[in-house]
Amino acid sequence: MGAAFKETKLPANAPAGHKALAWIDDRFPLSKLWNDQWGKYYAPKNFNIWYLFGSLAMLILVLQIVTGIFLTMHYKPDAALAFNSVEMTIMRDVPWGWLVRYMHSTGASAFFIVVYLHMTRGLLYGSYRKPRELIWIFGFAIFLCLMAEAFFGYLLPWGQMSYWGAQVIVNLFGAIPVIGPDLSLWIRGDYVVSDATLNRFFAFHVIALPLVLLGLVAAHLIALHEVGSNNPDGIEVKEHLGPDGHPLDAIPSHPYYSTKDLFGVSMFLLIFSAVVFFAPEMGGYFLEYNNFIPADSMKTPPHIAPTWYFTPFYSVLRATTADFMYVVIAAVVLYVVFLWVKSRLSYKAKMAAAVIGLVLIIGMLTLEAKFWGVVLFGSSVVIIGALPWLDHSPARSIRYRPKWHMWLYVLFGLSFIALGYLGTQLPTPAYTLISQVCTLLYFSFFLLMPWWSAAGRFKPVPTRVTFHPH
Amino acid sequence: MSNEKQVDSGRRGLLVATCAAGGVVGVATAGALVSTFQPSERAKAAGAPVEVDISDVKPGEMKVVEWRGKPVWILRRTPEMMASIPKNDNLVADPKSEKIYQIDMPEYAKNEFRSRAEHKEVLVTVGICSHLGCSPSSRFAEGPQPNLPDDWHGGFLCPCHGSTFDLSARVFKNKPAPTNMDIPPYMYLSDNKIVIGKDEKGEA
Repeated sequence: MGAAFKETKLPANAPAGHKALAWIDDRFPLSKLWNDQWGKYYAPKNFNIWYLFGSLAMLILVLQIVTGIFLTMHYKPDAALAFNSVEMTIMRDVPWGWLVRYMHSTGASAFFIVVYLHMTRGLLYGSYRKPRELIWIFGFAIFLCLMAEAFFGYLLPWGQMSYWGAQVIVNLFGAIPVIGPDLSLWIRGDYVVSDATLNRFFAFHVIALPLVLLGLVAAHLIALHEVGSNNPDGIEVKEHLGPDGHPLDAIPSHPYYSTKDLFGVSMFLLIFSAVVFFAPEMGGYFLEYNNFIPADSMKTPPHIAPTWYFTPFYSVLRATTADFMYVVIAAVVLYVVFLWVKSRLSYKAKMAAAVIGLVLIIGMLTLEAKFWGVVLFGSSVVIIGALPWLDHSPARSIRYRPKWHMWLYVLFGLSFIALGYLGTQLPTPAYTLISQVCTLLYFSFFLLMPWWSAAGRFKPVPTRVTFHPH
Repeated sequence: MSNEKQVDSGRRGLLVATCAAGGVVGVATAGALVSTFQPSERAKAAGAPVEVDISDVKPGEMKVVEWRGKPVWILRRTPEMMASIPKNDNLVADPKSEKIYQIDMPEYAKNEFRSRAEHKEVLVTVGICSHLGCSPSSRFAEGPQPNLPDDWHGGFLCPCHGSTFDLSARVFKNKPAPTNMDIPPYMYLSDNKIVIGKDEKGEA
């Protein structure tokens, strides 16, 4: 085992603070934790604005937890009281309650904006590539957790949108053959979304998921600080160490990135406060107007749309009609043929792909489109987690990839945004057709990535980072 | 002296038994926690059958009552409405309601009018779309109108994802909703009184 305990001896006239820190460090690795995780964590010096969003996400997490705690002090998780406890008590009676509530509701949307930008950064610079697969997986799990957190939290104000949104999403599970209806009943704890549902969603929202979220954030950061950050050039700074053992192209996070992050934080808070004070509803996108009407199980609002951060995936669900299933079947056939002809997989793997494809097609011909809508909806989220294994590009960063890769990214981004917009709108035949096209583009981007990401003429990747001192 | 670990098979056996017993207790506890998610006795009791007086429902009118927290529609169809229903037989996905339904389809509902023989004109249905649980709105007027086909004979339109249903609550083909709306078990206590959630076969 380790060495025997030894008290650090500081000179008698050392400052009291130093003595206290030495006393703690002998008993708990406080300085070591700080230095490993931030103080002496060497990060590449060529970070750009894309590298702000990780710390901003952390800030919003803290903001959500703190405002959430104060909201819990006035909120009543009871179907008879919930709506009034939010709209009357918190919004009108509690001094400054409206501010805390708007910070929390705006924080939810801000969280997704920041996390989507953070993920875009990963996509642009290949931050998920070996050896950072687990960072991506933990981050992806955080994203799932956030979606669940947002979904559970959205029921709590007990407005019409809360109620019917939950009704629609819980009924998604009802599409699973055989066990579906019982599963929905089990999730709701009643025949419809009711008091029982509200109470359990409250428990998930305020304690179960935040605990999981914090654990995942810790894992995400520990994994990151273990392997080190990627950078806009997508090269390993650890391959060129200086005489002090630190990478030549890296600088300690503190104070260099502390100050830059603080500037980013102040810019973010400027925009965030503007929204909180002047546009907390954001035209019905951050807080939907129908949610100012109390939940009514007997009356569905004329148009149910989820909050904006779910709409891209929700559009995939809606795009899956009975007719579209034939297109999906054709796509599965084409993909299996493509795998046989183009991939270097073993014969066994190709056979497995063919069998899986056949099972899928039989399933698509026998089971209802509703079920496959749910499957595609789930797949459109989960496929993001598979990126580290789909991307085969020799250069991590978009900077050194062929120009047309950028256009593919743009096309993917546009179809994602189009899906998001269409998910907020009432379905019309034209909109459904567009969302079907975008769904195909979305999945093609990922499923064909092993081929297109390795194709084209790559630019030479530098050995040292590109950096212009200013 | 040898440092090799000697396995005491008696103790190893006890260790395995302890782990197994602990595992059983753990699984049982998890089972209890999972079970707490089921509907409570109170929720089940609230799901009891509901008696409804339908004397105030005039032809062409619809009454909405609550059963198990869901809206149940009671629609007294006019002779013209009844005459329009067979015209949809080729346009609906499941004309005789033979698919598998969330609530077992009562025998008396497996026909185009989906109602009991005593009062064929009275439709009793759970007013919830089989797609994702929204409550469709009434569109009884015939003829062309927004969001509906031009040969519309009256029925229901789901505002969420555009599924359409005829006056027997049967879903039209190629719509997001896979099946017709559910028909709860129900029976007549008298000409003007029905009970929802119960029939000769027992409670739902």
